[in-house]
Amino acid sequence: MCWFHELVAALFEIVRREDFSDVTYLLEIFHPRLAKAAKPGQFVIVMEHDRGERIPLTLADFDPERGTVTLVIQAVGKTTKEMQARCPVGTSLHALVGPMGNPSGIGDARKVVCVGGGLGVAPVYPQARAYKQSGAYVIGVIGFRSKELMFWEDRFRSVCDEFIVCTDDGSEGIKGVVTAGIEQALAQHSDIDEVVAIGPPIMMKFCAETTRPHGIRTVVSLNPVMVDGTGMCGGCRVKVGDQVKFACVDGPEFDAHAVDFDDLMARLRRFAASETAALERWQESCRVARGG
Amino acid sequence: MQEQDPKVRATNFAEVACGYTLEDALREAERCLFCPDEPCIRGCPVEIDIPDFISKITEKNLRGAYETITDTNLLPAICGRVCPQESQCEGVCVVGNTLEPVAIGRLERFVGDLAIADGWESVPYVEPSGFRVAVVGSGPAGMACAADMAKAGCDVTVYEAFHEAGGVLKYGIPDFRLPNAVIDAEIEKLRQLGVTFECNTLVGRLFTVEELLTELGYHAIFIGTGAGAPSFMGIPGESLAGVLSANELLTRCNLMHARDFPEYDTPLQAGTRVAVVGAGNTAMDAMRVCLRLGAATVNCVYRRTRNEAPARAEELHHAEEEGIGFNWLTSPVEILGDEDNNVRAIRCQRMELGEPDESGRRRPLPVPDSEFEIDIDMVVYAIGTNANPILGQTSSLRLEQRGYIVTDESLATSIAGVWAGGDIVTGAATVIEAMGAGRKAAKEMKSYLGLRDTDVVYLPERAGSAGKRFGIDLQEHNYARVTA
Repeated sequence: MCWFHELVAALFEIVRREDFSDVTYLLEIFHPRLAKAAKPGQFVIVMEHDRGERIPLTLADFDPERGTVTLVIQAVGKTTKEMQARCPVGTSLHALVGPMGNPSGIGDARKVVCVGGGLGVAPVYPQARAYKQSGAYVIGVIGFRSKELMFWEDRFRSVCDEFIVCTDDGSEGIKGVVTAGIEQALAQHSDIDEVVAIGPPIMMKFCAETTRPHGIRTVVSLNPVMVDGTGMCGGCRVKVGDQVKFACVDGPEFDAHAVDFDDLMARLRRFAASETAALERWQESCRVARGG
Repeated sequence: MQEQDPKVRATNFAEVACGYTLEDALREAERCLFCPDEPCIRGCPVEIDIPDFISKITEKNLRGAYETITDTNLLPAICGRVCPQESQCEGVCVVGNTLEPVAIGRLERFVGDLAIADGWESVPYVEPSGFRVAVVGSGPAGMACAADMAKAGCDVTVYEAFHEAGGVLKYGIPDFRLPNAVIDAEIEKLRQLGVTFECNTLVGRLFTVEELLTELGYHAIFIGTGAGAPSFMGIPGESLAGVLSANELLTRCNLMHARDFPEYDTPLQAGTRVAVVGAGNTAMDAMRVCLRLGAATVNCVYRRTRNEAPARAEELHHAEEEGIGFNWLTSPVEILGDEDNNVRAIRCQRMELGEPDESGRRRPLPVPDSEFEIDIDMVVYAIGTNANPILGQTSSLRLEQRGYIVTDESLATSIAGVWAGGDIVTGAATVIEAMGAGRKAAKEMKSYLGLRDTDVVYLPERAGSAGKRFGIDLQEHNYARVTA
């Protein structure tokens, strides 16, 4: 392992950053060993600073040559907004651990639909690429609220044989949510082996309902609240069929037709009150710091 | 030993037991009979020479006492606090036949704390052996193994998945029982011995156990990853928002400092009326943490009686003093929620003890028509743990049915050059048992690497050999690798 001729950076250093919109940003982070070990479908846990919380993020990309991993993050809560404000290129994260979870089973499916909703476009991209590399026919479906929020369209398109864009407001592609795109693909192809859908839980729930009548194997990636990510806290337990699974070590990918999405969504709200309080307090402190 | 008043301490995270003064320690040490049988040494999983260190305390040779303890146990400040002494050294103390046994644990802690406070370093000059050793997991088993291998001159790296070293001592045991500063001081001692700690490293996923041997070039590996995965009961209502494992509660509170939210970012929805299921040390920790987080009532729910409760006597006693309510012979059947997915109550049934089961304890049996509800808003499960699955998923290590690593009596695993010990082999046990396993594995690893076990004192043979064998003076033959 010699990395001298590659990037020279500190461990966990942010070497590239892209801001897709006011709320969505990309961090490329230096961690050669992680870049080498990572596989599609896996996630990492990051801590921005020593008083921060540990947040799980699914890998959007990894580059063993550059020795980096890429995360695409949506600034929704205190931690992710703070990272947005405090993580320019050249700064380092306090902690980055992974890759966690089981890699996606890029199996022998010959025709696959890869569905990414909003931020979910990022983690489903490495899977679409892996399927393409395995020789499968890949149909990409991406969905955003509107054209302005879109990112990685070209990148995603380049690993797909067919590509369907959906926007809620119709500003690009089909007017509607990703299930409209899935239905279009299903109507045109009778031989789809597998659907991979990553996005908000409600989106994944409806994707599962869309494919269920067709009996097509459908995989979703779950991102519940977790602390350690190594199977120790049990906070990430999800109901799959009649079993309780830990998303961090049994997942994060599960059979969409067996996942209890309502239970998942309820459990994602466990800390809603604290999260709101933390965000308000942080925004207030920013306002004070700006002297406003 | 002086303790914080129960009413006061139930509102803070400072240590409950204040520790001995020198006068206390001298008085207690004088109680030792120095009996010839020395049952206490055999009662100790790492066989500390207890009478010797106590006699040194009576001579006010405290540094000497520290050195006696650290001959076999590098972490006295931790063990003095968390060992279940009543079932080990103190349980077999001869004084205990008629009076209170000698408080060996408190004396050990006194010496360990003094060493930290005065910065005693018993760091020997260690001649490098040229061997590289990897330890997976920085908990008590890993720390003990790392210490012994480092003392034998090995270049030791300890891998930890969390962002801080210490394992269960850090995330699990609360500050009022084992302050983080004590753990950090003991870890610092290992660093001084030359041990490297690599945090944020998930072995199995970042690299496999096999890669540690091949690509990363380690000569021997010890696995001490702990049991980890928490158990739930599988009764209705367990996915409600206020239901969590003791591991999650304790990790949020201890390691992630959720008790200082929002100064620290990790939240913890503290309950006002809490039920904790289980009666082991973890359950006691969870209950007392909830009390300190501001709960008005905390109830222990346990299906057997106080006699069968697995917690240390002192923990149980402290919990009772602090006002925890105990529901013995009680088992939950359902957790009831409200429309917002929060916990509203726990429905339990009464139990009675039947015939002894395979563990030798009398089996609890439900009493018909005995169901009742306790109004609560949070349920914490502390009913044991299962094997952590990650190394099983990612290596060819042989596992037994429940997922624990299979070892032979020398703690060797199915992969040559890899040993394992602690909870990942035995299932949930105590800190000192894990340390004992770490040391036992270290002994075997040293022999595997061809390193002389420096713990053994080699006495010159008597008549006949004339003090020489193969023409080499025996003193010289039995060289010690560790020199002062």
